[in-house]
Amino acid sequence: MTIDMSQFYQVFFDEADELLAEMEKLLLALDVNAPDSEDLNAIFRSAHSIKGGAATFGFTDITEVTHVLESLLDRIRKGEMALTTEHVDAFLASKDVLAMLMNGHRHGEAIDHDAVQNVSKRLNALSEGGPVAAVSAPAAQQSAPAEKTVPTADADGNFHFRIELPAVPQKDVDALAAELGLMGTLTRDSLPDQRAVFNLVTSESQDTIVAICAFVLDPDALVITAAGPSAPVSAPAYELYEQVPPPASAAAPAPAAKPEPVAAAPAGETKNWGRRATDKEGGNAESSSIRVSVEKVDQLINLVGELVITQAMIDQRISALDPLLHERLMNSANQLARNTRDLQEAVMSIRMMPMDYVFSRFPRMVRDLAGKLGKKVEFVTRGAATELDKGLIERIVDPLTHLVRNSVDHGIEMPDRRRAAGKNESGRLTLSAAHQGGNIVIEVTDDGGGLNRERILAKAKQNGLAVSDTMPDSEVWQLIFAPGFSTAEVVTDVSGRGVGMDVVKRNIAAMGGVVDIRSVPGSGTTISISLPLTLAILDGMLIKVGEEIYILPLGYVVESLQPAPVDVKEIAGQGKVVKVREEYLQLIPLYQIFAIEPKSADPSQGILVILESEGKKAALLVDSLVGQQQVVVKNLESNFRKVAGISGATILGDGGVSLILDVAALLRSSRQLNVDTLCF
Amino acid sequence: MTTAKTILTVDDSGSLRQMLSFILKDAGYGVIEAVDGNDGLEKARKQTVDLVLTDQNMPGMDGLSFIRALRGMKNYKSVPILMLTTESGDEMKAQGKAAGANGWLVKPFDPARLTEVVRKLIG
Repeated sequence: MTIDMSQFYQVFFDEADELLAEMEKLLLALDVNAPDSEDLNAIFRSAHSIKGGAATFGFTDITEVTHVLESLLDRIRKGEMALTTEHVDAFLASKDVLAMLMNGHRHGEAIDHDAVQNVSKRLNALSEGGPVAAVSAPAAQQSAPAEKTVPTADADGNFHFRIELPAVPQKDVDALAAELGLMGTLTRDSLPDQRAVFNLVTSESQDTIVAICAFVLDPDALVITAAGPSAPVSAPAYELYEQVPPPASAAAPAPAAKPEPVAAAPAGETKNWGRRATDKEGGNAESSSIRVSVEKVDQLINLVGELVITQAMIDQRISALDPLLHERLMNSANQLARNTRDLQEAVMSIRMMPMDYVFSRFPRMVRDLAGKLGKKVEFVTRGAATELDKGLIERIVDPLTHLVRNSVDHGIEMPDRRRAAGKNESGRLTLSAAHQGGNIVIEVTDDGGGLNRERILAKAKQNGLAVSDTMPDSEVWQLIFAPGFSTAEVVTDVSGRGVGMDVVKRNIAAMGGVVDIRSVPGSGTTISISLPLTLAILDGMLIKVGEEIYILPLGYVVESLQPAPVDVKEIAGQGKVVKVREEYLQLIPLYQIFAIEPKSADPSQGILVILESEGKKAALLVDSLVGQQQVVVKNLESNFRKVAGISGATILGDGGVSLILDVAALLRSSRQLNVDTLCF
Repeated sequence: MTTAKTILTVDDSGSLRQMLSFILKDAGYGVIEAVDGNDGLEKARKQTVDLVLTDQNMPGMDGLSFIRALRGMKNYKSVPILMLTTESGDEMKAQGKAAGANGWLVKPFDPARLTEVVRKLIG
């Protein structure tokens, strides 16, 4: 029977990914001094399951690593060996190696063979650490004595190797077979492409085999795999205990009454069903979720977007009708509006993913980083179930990684310094996520030394940034986002938070988010990222200039007002400013930017919309406010081209197209007022 | 052959289950999948099958407990049960036999061996 094993690979990889993630999570949470036996069992089971699958599908390299891992875990969970941090470290390292091997099979990524060897060596060395001194249970079996190579010896102290030769002349094959045959039991086989394969059972190490082969061929071209003792070449594949009930057809005689070991498939037979994974997705019978491509979901969202627009059109047409004559039509239209809204929410929620997707990668990183720096860090996450749009969640990973790394590296102090400052030796790093209105707020908080105001100001002056000593803290902290701060080495010594912060800020801004810093000297720093939940829909304020309707993302709008003529002043060469509650704001006439004929160019005749972004404020002059509504964002670049000052477009209820203003860019390009020149 | 015989496969690994189903269906059997011992018992209760294939190492209820529980059910006194295990040690064999299994099949297995042993048991 021939079956194409590759059709099951994808399911196996997905499954193994989950098991590895689960294993890592449990390992990180493990209390080395008093490990929970249930957790140990679960970790063991993960390794065991991966091994089973890998062996079935012929991923020998994965089977080997999991085999050693599993044996060690088994001894620990049975109490034959005490758990130490070295064990946990080695287990985590093997998890990484397994993930790498998996990616090798899956995507053809490069394999670091040294890393594989090292992990196997580490695990083997630990297995040989012997049983716990005091505890009764004698170690079930001491592993092979001195030899610390990848394979584990079987009961007789022999290793099982499978040696794939490169294409070489037959006489060389024969010579090698004769030579290697002296080392133990050798059986010969061949690959579909006629290359020879030896199965060798020997007490010698792999190095010896390589050394012998090196006489006739390039050792790098050799593929030597160790068959673990779990699949000994001679073991029976199955066994029936006793006489089995005869098949219902009753015609067939009952099979042998005695246990009947059947000749096993040679190890190689199950192990070479190919390596490439296919894209075929497996349908899990019991699974309560299905995998759907993101394109399909996006198409669905797009269609719902169109539906929302159509519904808005119907609404507008109906509003012109006489409510008394068309009462039932109007009721139905209202219902349609409700259903549309619900449908939209439901569809949008498909793209939502829990923040855990991002958070789960940090415990390991923090642990490794703290270990490397000699710091003690307690890592806490909150709100991992908070959901965020898939597109955003993928883009938040890099900035967050950067911030977390910075906090461990530069925020949290060394244990001795913390002790001197009267703090707990181990620092606390908190990663949290929470919904606030239509936004998600993600915060990285450390209880480290905080930012150093003086040093930042000094550095800013040195870089030629416009600063004053009386600046409020919040503005001082924003200075570390300035590009000049990023590369200078000095900053790392000063506050440490300079490296790449401008990139972080730019990335967040590109997602429509803002970054805020709160810091108290001596007690820590919080970096807060606020992001819109989704980029596909936004709450917009519709404004009118001349005959044009534009949309302002509501998040930027602070307030709108009609200024008194006396509050509007003209500054020579700087345009107009308006005084709003003792604060002078730059006045941006929208009609000038888009060269439109306004109803009136006089600010006191129009409406000022006060906008705020990245800590900058300005007043946008428009003719009138039209209203507020949720709009479906259509990308302008993909349909037309990039237009300065415009971030996108949408279709209004009447079918007309309206442009969405890029408020952040608008404010950036507006001249920032120099406070000192404003003496009236 | 009259009606297709049905086999219940119990394994926590989806890829293994999928492969078992593929092989067994290809050999002309009907297959019901269960994800662990408890699920297995429930599926077995709903429909009496002709053969049960179970993994040993599963979270929740393991294979041995599952077999013991199954043997306690009225309809499963004599339905053949085959254990899938990575351990082929004597201890495991003895435990399987004591629990009421009819035999074991070592993982990883060759598809041909699987159909061979299943045919021996239920034709």
